[in-house]
Amino acid sequence: MSTWSWSYVGHIMPDILKGLLVTVEATLLGSLISFVLGLVWALALRSSTRWVRWPVQAVTEFVRSTPLLVQLFFWFYVLPSTGVSFSPLTTGVLGLGLHYSTYTAEVYRAGIDGVPVGQWEAATALSLPRRHTWTAVILPQAVRRVVPVLGNYVIAMFKDTPLLAAITVLDMLGEARLDSAASFRYMEPITVVGILFVVIAYPTSLLMRALERRLGN
Amino acid sequence: MTIGLFELLLKGLWLTVQLTVYSAALAGVIAFIVGLARLSPLWIVRFLSGVYVEFFRGTSALVLMFWLFFALPLTGWQLAPVWAGTLALGISYGAYGSEVVRGAINAVTPAQREAAIALSFTPWQRMRLVILPQAVPTMLPPFNNLLIELLKGTALVSILGISDLAFNAQLVRLATGNSAQAYGIILVMYFVVAFVLTRLMRMLERRAKASLGQGPARSAAKPAAVPPTALGDAANDAIETGGGAA
Repeated sequence: MSTWSWSYVGHIMPDILKGLLVTVEATLLGSLISFVLGLVWALALRSSTRWVRWPVQAVTEFVRSTPLLVQLFFWFYVLPSTGVSFSPLTTGVLGLGLHYSTYTAEVYRAGIDGVPVGQWEAATALSLPRRHTWTAVILPQAVRRVVPVLGNYVIAMFKDTPLLAAITVLDMLGEARLDSAASFRYMEPITVVGILFVVIAYPTSLLMRALERRLGN
Repeated sequence: MTIGLFELLLKGLWLTVQLTVYSAALAGVIAFIVGLARLSPLWIVRFLSGVYVEFFRGTSALVLMFWLFFALPLTGWQLAPVWAGTLALGISYGAYGSEVVRGAINAVTPAQREAAIALSFTPWQRMRLVILPQAVPTMLPPFNNLLIELLKGTALVSILGISDLAFNAQLVRLATGNSAQAYGIILVMYFVVAFVLTRLMRMLERRAKASLGQGPARSAAKPAAVPPTALGDAANDAIETGGGAA
């Protein structure tokens, strides 16, 4: 039976905060990739040729229904054998971004489908070029209404970053594991990490809900 | 890759399926209990279930798993690794599922509840005979998404050293030295399981909708009608009376 030691918590806090920085970095970069890549998938899924639609559909479906952890292992072990060598963090960020892009693609798709048909018709009536129809009419409306949903995926991604510890990235969980392995005290590091996740994720999700209410109407 | 190594993967696949089933069952039970508790008339029940949901939706499933596996034993409770994994998955996906339950119950037309009250059903009868039969079909599509997420989540147990599919793939990788093959094969296996689960859930959804008369064939003819034969006798009266009163 071990007792909770605040002095040990103080001792490991600098390491955990260092890990938090990596966690936040991975989340932000991963989100950026998933936002851009997801939009690419969403637009490709609306392509007029099935030779674009079908492969993209197959790939996104596959990536979405297989575990992120296994995908991370795949990139971590397979990429170096093809001659590409990234740092574990870069590999992790790319893996996260790719995985979540298959979710954001669905979000964008729903957003684009939600734009009223009249907007498309008006763009046609004004004979706007296709590119302008997208950049000036459809996307600004579609993206606006999906911002809160995208935000929720950022929170989900934040909670998935501990998986990067499995490919040797020293994120919050990675740092906590190192500390526990050195001291054989598991209670404090893991509890602190778990609570930090809630402390960050909960207010962010409240923010997203507020945003949803404001943009919803 | 030899036959023996492939068998190792199949063994892992079986454990993954078992883990998915056990934790889905646990998550389902938690989802219903907590989802109903959040609609309780007692503020303390609502508050506590709200805290549960926000806490476990806020934290990471992997961190929870680590906590149950490494930290909990220090308080004197030792869990077998498989159960630590099942419990962690059940607890966190139960929290997500409870939101689905709550949302679906809230989406049932208020007139149904009012009709049941007018017929002086007990709250339990109201829930069991009137509300839930109409809420369950709405729950199934989001439950399917959660089930796929749960299946993917089971891979986390490999980090605890449980020999599931992802763990055994690592053994195969070490044995053959071919990472692309080992992980490629299990990704396909996960995909197939997810595909089968999705089909099963779609079938359930069709059945549930048909039992409410919302099947694709009949929906065009009678968009909003709930055929009385679909529910128990007591509920029929409730619906008819509710419709008459409205």
